[in-house]
Amino acid sequence: MPDHAAKGRYSVVQHFAVAENMMRLTIESEGELPPYLPGQFLHIRVTDGSDHLLRRPISLCTASRIHKQFTVVYRISGKGTKLLADKRVGDTLDVLGPLGKGFPLHKGDRNVLLLGGGIGVPPMVELAKQLTIQGVKVTTIVGFQTASQAILIDDLSQYGEVLVATNDGSLGQKGFVTQYLTEERLAETDRFYACGPSPMLAAVQKATGEKAVGYLSLEERMGCGIGLCAACVHKAVMPDGSVGYRKVCKEGPVFAAEEVVFDV
Amino acid sequence: MSKEVDLSVQIGDLQLKNPVMPASGCFAFGKEMAEWYDLSRLGAIMVKATTLEPRLGNPTPRVAETSGGMLNAIGLQNPGVEKVISEELPHLRQYEDLKIIVNVAGTAIDDYVETARRLSESGLADALELNISCPNVKCGGIQFGVDPTLAADLVRAVKQVTSVPLIVKLSPNVTDIVEMARAVEAAGADALSMINTLVGMHIDLEKRKPLIAIGTGGLSGPAVKPVAIRMIYQAAQAVRIPIIGMGGIMSGEDAIEYFMAGASAVAVGTANFVNPFACPEILDEIVAWCQGHGVERVRELTGAAWKEGEMPGA
Repeated sequence: MPDHAAKGRYSVVQHFAVAENMMRLTIESEGELPPYLPGQFLHIRVTDGSDHLLRRPISLCTASRIHKQFTVVYRISGKGTKLLADKRVGDTLDVLGPLGKGFPLHKGDRNVLLLGGGIGVPPMVELAKQLTIQGVKVTTIVGFQTASQAILIDDLSQYGEVLVATNDGSLGQKGFVTQYLTEERLAETDRFYACGPSPMLAAVQKATGEKAVGYLSLEERMGCGIGLCAACVHKAVMPDGSVGYRKVCKEGPVFAAEEVVFDV
Repeated sequence: MSKEVDLSVQIGDLQLKNPVMPASGCFAFGKEMAEWYDLSRLGAIMVKATTLEPRLGNPTPRVAETSGGMLNAIGLQNPGVEKVISEELPHLRQYEDLKIIVNVAGTAIDDYVETARRLSESGLADALELNISCPNVKCGGIQFGVDPTLAADLVRAVKQVTSVPLIVKLSPNVTDIVEMARAVEAAGADALSMINTLVGMHIDLEKRKPLIAIGTGGLSGPAVKPVAIRMIYQAAQAVRIPIIGMGGIMSGEDAIEYFMAGASAVAVGTANFVNPFACPEILDEIVAWCQGHGVERVRELTGAAWKEGEMPGA
């Protein structure tokens, strides 16, 4: 058993819609929670049958060691997540994790920028919480297609300023999260952490460039979640400096921003 | 207390302490899974396909879920035989009695032969599994897997350079599996493993195109099990060499079904993705089934479902 993960059954203690096709699920363990880091994911089985065999990787949104609870926020995007959305309070779920490499926290950081796009926003909540506990000033920039898809703004506002962008201008400023990445803001940022769709992460990488260091959390269609199948690879700089495929589930999902290679 | 079950099986010259192993491509090179349990619980490990040169593999998406299974098109991503020998295999030597079976892939007879020779000489492979059936790469050896003459030529060439048992992994994407089994046996194969994945496709309705980046993928999981059982039932009665059965094994009962169809051992693939503990749990379930049915030696079950004088497909 890895020291960072476990396989267990959890009870559903809260499960409700938070936006259009977005669900918030809180699960509780009977025993102690396994160790976790912001940016890691839970690998959840949606049935015990032989259909929908593969687990669904869903980023950890927040956790409570005292209550032995993990919370995730996910989008209903297919049959598997629809089955998950049907789970009721009291049902139990087979969960593997938390898995993957999470967001590393750095001692000495004073100002940190969090960037979340759409379903990439949830992992920012636990990250904002842990950074705040360490005394870091957190500013979060979130982007959504439209106001009806906006999630977790109130949760994030507990930990610092939240700036919002929507594609159609229905909430916050019209446009993308990158419009907030001004020279001035980057100059006072010690580090950034970003999670969202690939076009957003590529834009963040381009906008930050040499001006700021940080991390990107990637998403790819996964098979196993633990590094066996090599399905969820993404182009990245390899340890020897060449460009190759790295496993998002095991070597990521969080990578140093400069390591990630986008095909754009 | 229940009687102890003799789990040992023989695959050619390869003596396995138990008949359960992970299937190639479903366990990487073992390091990842070693974080979850002690690999010495396994009878053997079939590690990821190894080619002469490093391979990057296919673009993503590489997997799609289907009813009762999944499609994959990884594309034989691996660091090449030299790095496999120097960096990936040595750690597996720490596990007592764990037999290391290395899957060898290639595009032409020469590179199969060279890869097999280096692996055999490394002393790190207890057996080789010849991959003549990967459907997911262009020129990925599938031409050998569907043509009995080419398959036999390849097996003969590889046999000349290897000192370890040679297991040939058959493709189900053929009309006559018995013909293939007989051809590779006659060419010197020490065992068969079957089946590899079935070529399949899944279409993304919103994008109006196949979900897998390269179009098709290999179908695995419970959906393919009846096909594999049928093919093993046919092939096992047509050849004298042992068979490692695989395809959608999720439980001990699935494994028992494979034995009864004619397999001597089983390899577990997709189940590892769903449950990291699939292999040891299946092994425990085999033991429990045998104890519950008064079976003292698991090898007694091989071919138990054959009917006297009847061999379908022969």
